[in-house]
Amino acid sequence: MNAIALAKPTAKLDASPEALLDPPWVRWLLILISVSFIFLFLCLPLASVMVEAFAKGVDAYLSTLAIPDAQSAIGLTLLTAFATVPLNTIFGVAAAWCITRFEFPGKSFLTTLIDLPFSVSPVISGLIFVLLFGAQGWFGGWLAEHDIKIIFAVPGIILATLFITFPFVARELIPLMQEMGSEEEEAALSLGASGWRTFFLITVPNIKWGLLYGVLLCNARAMGEFGAVSVVSGHIRGLTNTLPLHVEVSYNEYDFVAAFASASILAGLAIVTLVLKSFLEWKQHNDRQLSDVL
Amino acid sequence: MLLGETVTSQRCTALKSKIMRQSYIMPGFRPTLGFTLLYLGLVVLIPLSTLVFKSLTLSWDDYVHIITSKRVLASFRVSFVTSLLGAAVASVFGFIIAWTFVRYNFIGKRILDALIDLPFALPTAVAGIVLATIYQPSGYIGRLLMQTLGVKVAYNPTGIVIALIFISLPFVVRTVQPVLQEFDTKMEEAASTLGANKLQIFIKIIFPNVFPALLTGFALAFARGVGEYGSVIFIAGNIPYVSEIVPLMIITKLEQYEYAGATAIALTLLIISFILLLVINLLQHWIRKQSGQL
Amino acid sequence: MRFNLLQAGLLLASLMLIDTAQAERTLLNVSYDPTRELYQEFNTEFIKFWKAKTGEDVQVQQSHGGGGKQTRAVIDGLEADVVTLALSGDIDQISERAGLLPKDWQTRLPNNSLPYTSTIVFLVRKGNPKGIKNWDDLIKPGVSVITPNPKTSGGARYNYLAAWAFAEKNLGGKEAAKEFVKKLYKNVPVLDSGARGSTTTFIQRGLGDVLITWENEAFLALKEIGAGDVEEVVPPFSIKAETPVALIDKVVKKNGNEDLAKAYLDYLFSPVGQKLAAKHFYRPYQPEHANPEDIKRFPKLELFTVADKFGSWAQVQKEHFDDDAIFDQIYTP
Repeated sequence: MNAIALAKPTAKLDASPEALLDPPWVRWLLILISVSFIFLFLCLPLASVMVEAFAKGVDAYLSTLAIPDAQSAIGLTLLTAFATVPLNTIFGVAAAWCITRFEFPGKSFLTTLIDLPFSVSPVISGLIFVLLFGAQGWFGGWLAEHDIKIIFAVPGIILATLFITFPFVARELIPLMQEMGSEEEEAALSLGASGWRTFFLITVPNIKWGLLYGVLLCNARAMGEFGAVSVVSGHIRGLTNTLPLHVEVSYNEYDFVAAFASASILAGLAIVTLVLKSFLEWKQHNDRQLSDVL
Repeated sequence: MLLGETVTSQRCTALKSKIMRQSYIMPGFRPTLGFTLLYLGLVVLIPLSTLVFKSLTLSWDDYVHIITSKRVLASFRVSFVTSLLGAAVASVFGFIIAWTFVRYNFIGKRILDALIDLPFALPTAVAGIVLATIYQPSGYIGRLLMQTLGVKVAYNPTGIVIALIFISLPFVVRTVQPVLQEFDTKMEEAASTLGANKLQIFIKIIFPNVFPALLTGFALAFARGVGEYGSVIFIAGNIPYVSEIVPLMIITKLEQYEYAGATAIALTLLIISFILLLVINLLQHWIRKQSGQL
Repeated sequence: MRFNLLQAGLLLASLMLIDTAQAERTLLNVSYDPTRELYQEFNTEFIKFWKAKTGEDVQVQQSHGGGGKQTRAVIDGLEADVVTLALSGDIDQISERAGLLPKDWQTRLPNNSLPYTSTIVFLVRKGNPKGIKNWDDLIKPGVSVITPNPKTSGGARYNYLAAWAFAEKNLGGKEAAKEFVKKLYKNVPVLDSGARGSTTTFIQRGLGDVLITWENEAFLALKEIGAGDVEEVVPPFSIKAETPVALIDKVVKKNGNEDLAKAYLDYLFSPVGQKLAAKHFYRPYQPEHANPEDIKRFPKLELFTVADKFGSWAQVQKEHFDDDAIFDQIYTP
């Protein structure tokens, strides 16, 4: 995920008339290349998940999802998202506010630090929590004394996910709020509105679609993270297996239908995210056009 | 809370006006910055600092010995070369895809456009299993390539590159697309009236303007690719010196209880990621300046 | 999103409910990859046995994964009441690095804490087109061999050691053995991190001519997925894979599970446990308790133990699998 990508959602999809200037053969060649590349690298994997999931029919598909281990994996995945997304959303708004509305020394360094979890290998993201809370780690002894379980339990999974999805909302809002500028807010404030009132009546309506988009991506990643969670989970069946881990477990038990059925839920989630995202972009685009007209 | 914050903000206006050049009446600098730093510290910096401290248990010589051992160096080489290739291929095709999306109209464009983000949302483990299924010698595409070209793409470095192209594609498309969209076609028209042909216009005018964005996309894809684990591991083959990636080295060290060794490699990877991110942020800064000048 | 939150909220509530209802004791068994099916059935039997004996309802939780990963998890604080691992070297590590159980853990249960053992065999493609019979067939040019990474997989260490011992015995000397394993691993196109990964690579992905694997894993793979496509080949000489079990003293004391964990392990050595082990393709230490039909499936072959040929796991680790030891050397270009 990246800044610019999230900053300027595709607004203008209709081809400009100038495009017609390209000779037809160039156009068709490029479209052919694009479509086949997307087909090869994106459509085919997606289709293959679905084909494998339904390889033995709808009943087999549904029954693999009905077993307690699958249910508890789905539950844990939802719980993890439920715990991490709101926290990272609050953080994202706060960080975007202080970075885009104020000038202070070290700002660009701070921005880089916020980005850091994007490019940290998931393996490292898991490792650091083992080093902190593992039995041999910094707080290991203290945690054992007080009988608090973090690693190989739900809190560890939530922490690792929190780390992985940390920048999503902030990274979406920062460019958006930068572009927006603060004139409207300043106007409201100078007219005597309180800080919170200004935030809720001016800022939120302006950033709501971008915010939702960030939340959506954050949620998708929170539910789909594998590498980091795998390191801190302990793989206890029915207890600390999230859905992506359940995919791996089922795959390793030669239960391919179950593996791909769980994978298809995650892929389905990805599709829903993408559809919602397109909708949000369209909505944001319309809102903007409307405000331009006004 | 609400009242308190406004009061605080008024009280430190004097102080803040020294720091801030603009937005002097904006409230919430202290609380948002404070919260941002606190949360950043708790969720990201303290956990990451364990890497530094754990590595400090090694002497400099030990550290150098671990990092420069042949096998670790080989894994760095594999990771960097495959990430560079993956990001490069994704840049070429990502550019073409972004170009067709922005400039041409064709049926199904919106759906394909939404699909681009699939690798962001699909869990990496699922992606890995599916890519291996498709590209293995008995898979749909693997068999085709084997029979027609005699190339084996899975279980060797090519397999890693394929997984990384999948991971990289959205980074490139989503960075280039908005820049192409915002691109002022008047310049093209002007060049055209001055007698420049299509290719000249592309090389002299369009490409230089899009290049920084393309480079950013490339760098983001590269940074992500170096740390990627879940999707690579299923298709890589994992042969020492040939297809063993850095994250796998970290895991292998961990499973031999060599925590210090694992953290030494992890720290090195982290530093590289951080430098890459700094470069990316500088690039984006540069782009913003450029577009500001235009 | 609202729907999502609502769902998650409901779920959270239900999870809490489950939590409060969960007054019964639970036992956590941390094991390696191929024992899933065995313990699935054994746990059900044990829960019934315990209920009949004491009237108490208990739960047994399972965690499976590559041996190295599981051992590290226990050392890092995964609270296993019992471990059932692939090699005693891993349990030694838990004792040594985390001090969770005494050094002499292996003497506390019958038969050196080995309720069952296994060995290493080959799986080949139907009809054995490459004519693989013995270990020296694996190093022939053009034979593609699938085996996991011995640095991360317990089973892979047995594979490697069996090949080594074969070469040392038949070709004479360490240098010859080193050359032999070097040639063998030249024929390996994929190193998965665990035994299960290798099995899927061989059967699902159709890669390789021969899979070196646990005997129980080979039987299971034939039964579950591969029948008709692959067949088993038993080499005349192989390693006795000693897969021990142990009680983790510090954890059971803390959880108040000592009696339960002890009974659980004892039950493994009981006639019922022995019978189940044989049913799931492990060689029981008291075959007389098992179903004779199950015992018949185990072919006779010359077996050696790690202690016979290599001394101890600590020595094996140091000489073969540590950084820059022999396994690393054979890969050095």
